[in-house]
Amino acid sequence: MMPIGYYLFLSMALFLIGAIGVITRRNVIVVLMSIELILNAVNINLVAFSRIFGDVAGQVFALFIIADAAAEAVVGLGIIIAFFRNRETVLEDEMDLLKW
Amino acid sequence: MLDKVIFFFFAGVAILSAGLMVTRRNAIHSAVFLITTLLATAGIFLQLRAEFIFIAQIILYVGGIMVLFVFVIMLVRLDVALHQIQFSRQKWVALLVTLALAAEVGVMLWSSRNVPGQGFLLPNAVPAGKLPPNTEALAGRLFDAYLLPFEIASVLLLVAMVGAVVMAKKRT
Repeated sequence: MMPIGYYLFLSMALFLIGAIGVITRRNVIVVLMSIELILNAVNINLVAFSRIFGDVAGQVFALFIIADAAAEAVVGLGIIIAFFRNRETVLEDEMDLLKW
Repeated sequence: MLDKVIFFFFAGVAILSAGLMVTRRNAIHSAVFLITTLLATAGIFLQLRAEFIFIAQIILYVGGIMVLFVFVIMLVRLDVALHQIQFSRQKWVALLVTLALAAEVGVMLWSSRNVPGQGFLLPNAVPAGKLPPNTEALAGRLFDAYLLPFEIASVLLLVAMVGAVVMAKKRT
């Protein structure tokens, strides 16, 4: 076990890279992948604290987050397929049906 | 020492391929680099002696979610989108804001490194040999104290499945 600060810095770096991806990319599929990266970065924190306190509750929550990520990916990709069928695009700034 | 080498190897691979994932032009390349990141994170989980999460990460994330992503990338034709601009107009503002956030969190972590008794850089974990068997401990906790959240998670997955089928179905 390394000191916990290393895990926190790794998790922070992955989270921020994911945040950059969410904000700057135009392709919706890559944005969804960046969200997966963010959820994964949170998992590192949970498992590291679970290890340092010797309590498996953190790993239980990491499992719930993995299940959540699966549900979110499935629904998001379903929306992308439905949208692509209607508008023939996957770029997020061309999704402006509610804009006038 | 070996712990340190393993940690820095996996952390380096994870951060490097995460950066490549965000910057690659082709979405399928992004997917492959995301798979590399997730595998490296699985290595970090193994180094933290969380064997069950390690296996769940590989089977669920790499084997399930990423296969779904690759399928969708093949379903929607990306060769049109490939020749358009990949980054939105706000990218420099976004980068600046994210760097500010990074500086903030970094200063917070660094300044709390030697708080007496609970400093972030001090190791005080249980030695690895004294841990209970991981899967056994996890199952005991999951099906005892966290049984209700577990059932709610199964309902959530059912709702997501039905929602995805309805959403992707062809309108007649």
